[in-house]
Amino acid sequence: MPALPDLRLGVDVGGTHTDAVLVERDGRLLAKVKVPTSPDVTGGIRGAISELLARSAAPTGRVTHVMLGTTHATNAVLERKGLARTAVLRVGGPATHAIPPLFGWPDDLRRAVSVAETIVDGGAEFDGRDLAPLDRDAVTRFVAGLPEGLTGLAVSSVFSPVSADHELAVEEIVRSERGAGLHVSLSHEIGTLGLLERENATVLNEALVSTARRVVGAVGESLTATGLGHAIVFFAQNDGTLMSLDHAIHFPVLTIGSGPANSIRGAAYLTGVRDAIVADVGGTSTDVGVLVNGLPRESALGVHIGGIATNFRMPDIVSIALGGGTVVRHVGEAVTVGPDSVGYRLTEEALIFGGATPTLSDAAVSVGRARFGTAPLSADRALALALRMADEMLAEAVDRVKTAKGEAPLIVVGGGSVLIPDDLPGVSKVLRPDDFDVANAVGAAIGTVSGQVDRIYQQAGRSRQEIIDAVSEEARSQAVRAGADPMGVEIVELEGIPLSYLTNPALRLRVKAAGPLAGL
Amino acid sequence: MLLDADTLRAQSRGCGILGAGGGGAPTIGLLAGLRALEVHGPASLVDLDDLPDDDLVLPIGMVGAPVVSIEKICNGAEGARIVRRVEAMTGRRVAALMASEIGGSNGLYPAAHAAALGIPVVDADGMGRAFPEMPQVSMEIAGISPSPCVMSDERGNVLTLDPADGQWLERLCRAVAVCFGGRAISSEYLMTVAEARTAAVRGTVSLAVRIGRAIAEASDDPVRALLDAVGGFRLIDGKVSDVERRVTGGFVRGSAQVEGLRADTGRLLRLELQNENLVALEDGLVVASVPDVISVVDTQTGGAVSTELLRYGQRVSVVAFPCDPVWRTDGGLALAGPRAFGYDFDYTPVEDLRACAA
Repeated sequence: MPALPDLRLGVDVGGTHTDAVLVERDGRLLAKVKVPTSPDVTGGIRGAISELLARSAAPTGRVTHVMLGTTHATNAVLERKGLARTAVLRVGGPATHAIPPLFGWPDDLRRAVSVAETIVDGGAEFDGRDLAPLDRDAVTRFVAGLPEGLTGLAVSSVFSPVSADHELAVEEIVRSERGAGLHVSLSHEIGTLGLLERENATVLNEALVSTARRVVGAVGESLTATGLGHAIVFFAQNDGTLMSLDHAIHFPVLTIGSGPANSIRGAAYLTGVRDAIVADVGGTSTDVGVLVNGLPRESALGVHIGGIATNFRMPDIVSIALGGGTVVRHVGEAVTVGPDSVGYRLTEEALIFGGATPTLSDAAVSVGRARFGTAPLSADRALALALRMADEMLAEAVDRVKTAKGEAPLIVVGGGSVLIPDDLPGVSKVLRPDDFDVANAVGAAIGTVSGQVDRIYQQAGRSRQEIIDAVSEEARSQAVRAGADPMGVEIVELEGIPLSYLTNPALRLRVKAAGPLAGL
Repeated sequence: MLLDADTLRAQSRGCGILGAGGGGAPTIGLLAGLRALEVHGPASLVDLDDLPDDDLVLPIGMVGAPVVSIEKICNGAEGARIVRRVEAMTGRRVAALMASEIGGSNGLYPAAHAAALGIPVVDADGMGRAFPEMPQVSMEIAGISPSPCVMSDERGNVLTLDPADGQWLERLCRAVAVCFGGRAISSEYLMTVAEARTAAVRGTVSLAVRIGRAIAEASDDPVRALLDAVGGFRLIDGKVSDVERRVTGGFVRGSAQVEGLRADTGRLLRLELQNENLVALEDGLVVASVPDVISVVDTQTGGAVSTELLRYGQRVSVVAFPCDPVWRTDGGLALAGPRAFGYDFDYTPVEDLRACAA
């Protein structure tokens, strides 16, 4: 048994900065730092932790938990670096041959990721019957023919969110043929309805497993080197909750999008508000998301990652090119705002720092909305106009993420949040928490642990409530397995969507349970 | 014209617009088409005037639940099986395939089947848009028999039905589609080239391509480019401010509200939905109605927003344009006019309603 939880250390890796915070048992912030994000990501994490520990007087022995939000997985996909080659097995013949696996992928990504693809007979119908019997011989032949040393296989089966039997059967065949040497990702654990998007997400996940193993190893070494080898490590995932190391190795794709999710969680924690709009204003862009019952709202639509259509859960975010470094230009009589930004060079290039590039930070200072910088600045009509345009862009983004009419509170966090006015259409009040600049790292540090079930159910003689109860129990026990306190777990999200055009009613149920870390 | 990959991509954008909010997302149809072109080479698009009178034209489409078609993708051989069965039954050659429905996903499948068979697609379809039911096609108005109807699935099941009329076609086909696992590929209203010249809605594939290209190539206002391509009207620029949707009897029904922005600030447009956008109302007055095409598009990209994807806060433009004249005949209105969808008012063409408003 680990010692009772004491200090929690949260780290969040952003595009420009890696932020770290140290949080007391009672939730007080003991220390915070910002360091530049390093190209390898891990170096920046290590630097942030070292500096944080140096700055706070707390003995390293008191740090019992380390929570990490990293961009390793996102970067690997975007830069096509460190992706492992994987085999792709689809269970769905004689259907689905019209569009084979990975069709439409960018060539470079396909080459970086896939070693072989096949479709075997099997899969389910929408009501859970077999589409066709699973062709076990074909699975065995495919697996036996894979190159020695191949480490991954992505498996997706038609209607596996309704019945995962054939995906599980494939996994069993792989175990008996290749032992534990071949890692397997199963699509029903990763995405929802929509075979191609779920399959794509599963392939990306499998391609990221080796990167995840490496990151987990490197983080472990960094922690040992900084005297934190004893701490329990969690990774932040894209629904704003935490996952254990073991989970992070098997489901690395779920860390993509954890940054915005952390900010939203952090904003909730710093303000004590559970339902609001959250704007995270950085140097280059602003992410606007929605806080529902203490967690980020998930996107109802699929998302594209590195040119690939996927459908695993992601926070519902509207991103706009608006940040502290966004460049303001005169074009004839007109004024334009962005989309480019001076980014981290703000303190050299902006007018208020003696530079020559007008930015939105200059605009905010020129009208007295913000007070910072080193060089004097006089009022300027173009800058004032640019700021009004930025306010309109933000008001529109806030409106777009809402799901209904009416005013809502807006929590603003991030280094660029001084740009945001106190009055915005559709916003009841603007909340500016202390420590807004490290809300993302705070979000990681205070994260809860969750379990989620997203599947299709036939009523089959059961009442709707009976099905919901059974699924809720499954989500709860998943959360507990992931490290949540059994006494503190509650259902935080429950959605039932009837499927259209089917005379035989089926229900898509999405249930999420979340609770604090056990022992806190 | 050759239906190559670029043309098919343009066509899919146009099929989205012609779907009038329904017809299913064109993405899967586009991918199936692109894959077939990659394997078999491009299909050709021909005008009905360029085919021999007595050759057969085979309308083809998918029947069933969109949710099944995004999960249980086709085998790809269904079209060829249907063509072989029809040729064996009639002893005549199928010269070309035609989309039963140009709107949505169904507008794109014929290219995939045709590429595999090495026969052309005709520049025509049965609707000029999307409708929810199988007999809501111009061939029904022209008196072409829906029989024989030949259906197939991914397993190789082939079924020939002889429905007594259009209503029975709908009932029997839906039942077969459920039995096949939620969807089927189906062909009905088989006709000769000579018959198709008057019974089909012509020029709709090239129209879809033209719409798609106009939207993609527009420099600043894709909605304007779209309106120019279809001879349509902009009903409102605004944001979706309310959506109410329910699923009954296997169909999506409900309404959506679009609140005007910029030049349209203060205006409010209401859309009645039944899979497709059926009626647009402002201040209690009908400003456009079925069978004219009402489409909701993203104001910035011009891309179609289907009724299933409408949600609060989207910045959209609502456009309307005239349906094919066949739908404005007595027979057309009986089949797909406002009263056919349960509304208690008579149809007025959208251009007349706009003239009145102006």
